[in-house]
Amino acid sequence: MNRPARLRRGLANAGWYLLVGVLALAVILPFAWMLATSFKGQKEVFSFPPTWIPQHFEWQNYLQVWQEAPFARYFLNSTIVALAVTAGQLTSCVLAAFAFARMNFKGKNFMFLLFLSTTMISTQVTLIPSYLIMKQLDWIDHYQALIVPFLANAFGVFMIRQSFRTIPRELEEAARLDGCGRLRFLVQILLPLCRPILASQGLFAFMGNWNSYLWPLIVTNSDSMRTLQIGLRYFVSGEGGTQWGVYMAAAVLVSLPVIAVYFLVQKTFIESMATTGLKDI
Amino acid sequence: MTPGRAVLSRGRTWWRRWGEETFSAYLFLLPSLAIFIAFTFFPAGYSLVVSLFRWDMPARAVFVGFANYRLLFSDPLEAPIFWRSVLNTFYFALGVPINLFVSLMIALLLNRKMPGVGLFRTAFFLPAITSVTAISVVWLWLYHPAQYGLFNSLLIQLGLPIQRWLRDPLLAMPCLIFMGVWSGMGYNIIIFLAGLQSIPRMLYEAAEIDGADRGRLFVHVTWPLLGPTLFYVLSVGMINSLKAFTEIDVMTQGGPLNATTTLSYYLYQNAFQFFQLGKASAVAVLLFLMLLGLTWVQFRFVDRRVYYE
Repeated sequence: MNRPARLRRGLANAGWYLLVGVLALAVILPFAWMLATSFKGQKEVFSFPPTWIPQHFEWQNYLQVWQEAPFARYFLNSTIVALAVTAGQLTSCVLAAFAFARMNFKGKNFMFLLFLSTTMISTQVTLIPSYLIMKQLDWIDHYQALIVPFLANAFGVFMIRQSFRTIPRELEEAARLDGCGRLRFLVQILLPLCRPILASQGLFAFMGNWNSYLWPLIVTNSDSMRTLQIGLRYFVSGEGGTQWGVYMAAAVLVSLPVIAVYFLVQKTFIESMATTGLKDI
Repeated sequence: MTPGRAVLSRGRTWWRRWGEETFSAYLFLLPSLAIFIAFTFFPAGYSLVVSLFRWDMPARAVFVGFANYRLLFSDPLEAPIFWRSVLNTFYFALGVPINLFVSLMIALLLNRKMPGVGLFRTAFFLPAITSVTAISVVWLWLYHPAQYGLFNSLLIQLGLPIQRWLRDPLLAMPCLIFMGVWSGMGYNIIIFLAGLQSIPRMLYEAAEIDGADRGRLFVHVTWPLLGPTLFYVLSVGMINSLKAFTEIDVMTQGGPLNATTTLSYYLYQNAFQFFQLGKASAVAVLLFLMLLGLTWVQFRFVDRRVYYE
């Protein structure tokens, strides 16, 4: 490469870094502001001009979050509910996906269409009757209400079925000849082979549930049954509130676990988002 | 299992060939099926039925036919709010094409092998993985109507008058849209990058040999091959936009002066604040019809997208 070309290349690269850097910075800005505010005392929160680096680090805010609302309980609730939904949903999805991918049965096509049709019926439409059912069952303000309605997911069935179909049939025939039962084949041979899709579906179920808002909002009443998101919403009393340092500390605490998970399993995370679509329940 | 025994009776042959497998298959489907029936199909049908009743809790339900729909469409008191929320729903959905454009531009920028590109990607994904509740709380603070709000302090430093943002009926919706573009970008960028990376390099090389410049590479290679991805992102975005609820509930509660009451929020208000279940169910049915159209379109493309990967 001759010199002018190399120079042009270098300039283009520098330009790229500058452009992408500025854009990325703009995207990060709200997070930086959240973090900065979360360490500010009440006086500095309302000082002008605003400071990006707190003059005096107020760690107290983070303690106050735990003291003023049962955030430990919110964390526990969210964890229990999200884990239960993930485990249950994966189980029901794997079973149904196996039937659709590997078995011949009467009414298969109809059942498959029936399953797919559920993806066309969104939460909003079933909201009121589902709420009435919860009331009838006396499940309002109980874990069941937060868990049971989400124990099936047609999109998960569909994705896992696709993955099952990539495993050659001969494998199953050989296993069956050796006296391996259907369920055992599924659990001991098929599932280990399809680990990536299970990981991404599981992560998706967990995240979707962890971040869900509308349903937990209407089926929980007492403070001790609230999930993290709902707890945060009631903790921050709208624009009229004044404790922005503490509110931001709470927002940091709520977003941190998910961001941590993202850094731990980045690849699975991206895969799960790319294949599954919708962010919220 | 000797062949001789299979001929014993017709019933047993049928059982062996179909019955056992069918029976087992339905056992496998049962957990999902039970949940779908109880919490999807039954409630969906029930919504339709309730929409034909006037049911102001805790009073008893009274059958009124299509009166709830008439109420929404033409009642002098109710219709303006309903139509306003329909309008607001579409207004809010304007964020989707904006988001698409911005995301595509950034995805094109990020679709390069440069040292440190992973770090930048992470920065753009961060909003997408944070819960909408936390994001809304943070933006509530950014949009604070006094001088302490970050946006207002920027305006002051630029010598401009401060704004009331979410409390201004004209600005509230654009504020929500702007935040939506920021928070929804990450997801779209992931999909676009996957789409861009699935385009075979060969096509670009062949076009380059034929003397195509960058602009023509985009118009003739990237754009057409990105078509299905674009369509998928558009329909998912529209569906999510129609269902948006969290940010509205946390940030504006539909206000000021109904400026941010979308159909989803209007449904929630009627059902869970005014306890008018019949009217709310009618809204649910209408929203369902809108979503149905969009989901149908989306699903036609999911299958194709899976094959591209």
